[in-house]
Amino acid sequence: MDQQKNKKYGMVIDLDKCTGCGSCMVACMAENNVPFREDDTDKLLSVSWMQVYRLSNGKAFPHTEECYLPRPCQQCEGHHGHSPCVSVCPATATDYDMHTGIVSQIYTRCFGCRYCMAACPYHVRQFNWWDPVWPTGMERSLNPDVSVRMRGVVEKCSFCFSRYQTSMNKAFLEGRRELEEHEYQTACTQACPAGAIVFGDLNNPKHAVHKLAQPDLAHEGKPRNPKAFRLLERLGTNTKVYYLSSREWVRKAGDNEVKKA
Amino acid sequence: MDSALIPKGVKRCPIGQFALFIAVVGAVLLWGVVAMLLIYIKGLNQTNMNNAYGFALWIWADLAVIALGGGAFFTGLLRYIIGKDELKNIINYAVLIGFVCYSSALLILAIDVGQPLRAWFIFWHANVHSMLTEVAFCLTCYFGVLTIEYVPLVLENRQVDKVPFFHHLSHNMHGIMAIFAATGAFLSFFHQGSLGGVSGVLFGRPFGFRTGINIWPWTFFLYTWSAAACGPCFTIFITRITEMVTRKKLVKDNVIDLLAKIAGWMLLTYITAKIIDTVYWAMVTAPAMGFTLMDFYSNNPGSVYGIWILIAEVGICGLLPAVMLVSSGIRRNPTLLFIAVTLAAIGACLNRWVMVLQTQAVPVLSFEKWFTYMPSWQEIATTILPVAYGIILIALSYRYLPIFPQERELNPIEGGK
Repeated sequence: MDQQKNKKYGMVIDLDKCTGCGSCMVACMAENNVPFREDDTDKLLSVSWMQVYRLSNGKAFPHTEECYLPRPCQQCEGHHGHSPCVSVCPATATDYDMHTGIVSQIYTRCFGCRYCMAACPYHVRQFNWWDPVWPTGMERSLNPDVSVRMRGVVEKCSFCFSRYQTSMNKAFLEGRRELEEHEYQTACTQACPAGAIVFGDLNNPKHAVHKLAQPDLAHEGKPRNPKAFRLLERLGTNTKVYYLSSREWVRKAGDNEVKKA
Repeated sequence: MDSALIPKGVKRCPIGQFALFIAVVGAVLLWGVVAMLLIYIKGLNQTNMNNAYGFALWIWADLAVIALGGGAFFTGLLRYIIGKDELKNIINYAVLIGFVCYSSALLILAIDVGQPLRAWFIFWHANVHSMLTEVAFCLTCYFGVLTIEYVPLVLENRQVDKVPFFHHLSHNMHGIMAIFAATGAFLSFFHQGSLGGVSGVLFGRPFGFRTGINIWPWTFFLYTWSAAACGPCFTIFITRITEMVTRKKLVKDNVIDLLAKIAGWMLLTYITAKIIDTVYWAMVTAPAMGFTLMDFYSNNPGSVYGIWILIAEVGICGLLPAVMLVSSGIRRNPTLLFIAVTLAAIGACLNRWVMVLQTQAVPVLSFEKWFTYMPSWQEIATTILPVAYGIILIALSYRYLPIFPQERELNPIEGGK
């Protein structure tokens, strides 16, 4: 199946607009029943499908500049769906969906070997070190469309896949096979007060993500927009999350470069 | 008290002394069991692993013991397939050490998964593209082979051997052992390699990633090679330790010398290949991913992963013991031989350590810092647990089974039977 002829859902995040408010993280946790603990200060032990990084240009005042970078799952396509994490999972608990380009995670099949975590350079895959415990009463506000996860399994951002399923169900009932752009939007996209996150089908020239990133489909989606970049482009992960920035140092922070002597 | 179980013509320590030794080691084993139960009951939050360190001490221990247990398959290959007949005097012990190593690896793997009750999914929902799947299948099969190789030894116990069925079974199993040795070597070539592939295929992790042939990264071949080189070194190392503890010579020098010589040449060729691999990775593979060699070895807390670790692995614990082992003068000096095989075994462990731990520690995103990790006592206890188990199994086997065919000849008992 050719990914280029199907849907290829992706995201464009305008870092010039992001204020680092964290609304995307909160919306994501609420939408996807992401567990949290009373003391969640150790971020290497907590689960957050969407994480906002603070970048600095490393210069002293008054030349200091900062930038906030929201990081969902990058939904790597690699070469022909050979994303870093999917190929290594020994139990086929994660899958690259050629219909949507989304990397899934089957929680009930994952047995917690964590090889996918070792494979992912973006740290988007996180482990449930504890069973989820919801504050009294909060379990009633959980999203019924998203299964909660148990201790000992890996989870990650799914581009709010339950929303895709719900929208597709609705479309099928109405006799359609295609979704309008607005029918499938992730929680973080809708929650961003600055409108920094845009979501849609990268293969569809009418969608905003396509217009913003201008992916070169003949060259593994490399952005043609000079302001756009992807994280760790050199690794060949071929991600579906594009970032926009007018600042060169921010764009350079997206990848590693061997400095020429 | 247990003299009827002890092989004829050999001397063993009094049962009281033996029981005390087992009790002390057993206490350590019990400590490990307590930690294991804690982990099973409370989960992997008992460890100091985190989302950046999904692979840590246990995976290293798995890879290390499997490399060190490689003495079983390689000595078997030399003895039964290539026909190095002298090695029949050490093959039993090599098999026993291999059995301990592989059973330990399986035990640690069973602790290391988040949902142990689903561990069988690796077979049922197998993803054929995953190196871990190959490891799981081959490892399990090879453990079966090692069990088949160990069983005839158990059947040779004085009392068990009296039962005609067991006597004939043991005899017949010995007769077809070449088939199992060949099967073991075949399986080992693949799972040792796949363990090398575990890091080598991670194209998102520039420290571990290697190019290679088709689906196999260079680390696939290097791991098999290093296991064939360092496994026999570990067999010699444990044999020497056993001789020190028992205060007896158990294997003749010519046997040890032959195995050490072959291991030495394997190590020398391996380390040559490893150096070529390192140079290619540093000059071509890593720069293409945006990294220089020193990006992997600088600016980390406490220089835990300084360039010293590469020098230690390739130079002090690779090239040095290789040169020592191929040199007959050095090899025939018992002290220098012991130093050489110890360094070689440490080298294999160090290689597995960096390929597992340093791969996780190196920051890949330009705005992240090095990740640090210190194992919890539960991780340490469960890693020592198989060591204690191994010591107990070796002690029991040595006491009650004819592990060393040359022991009687080398240690005649005055007026004894």
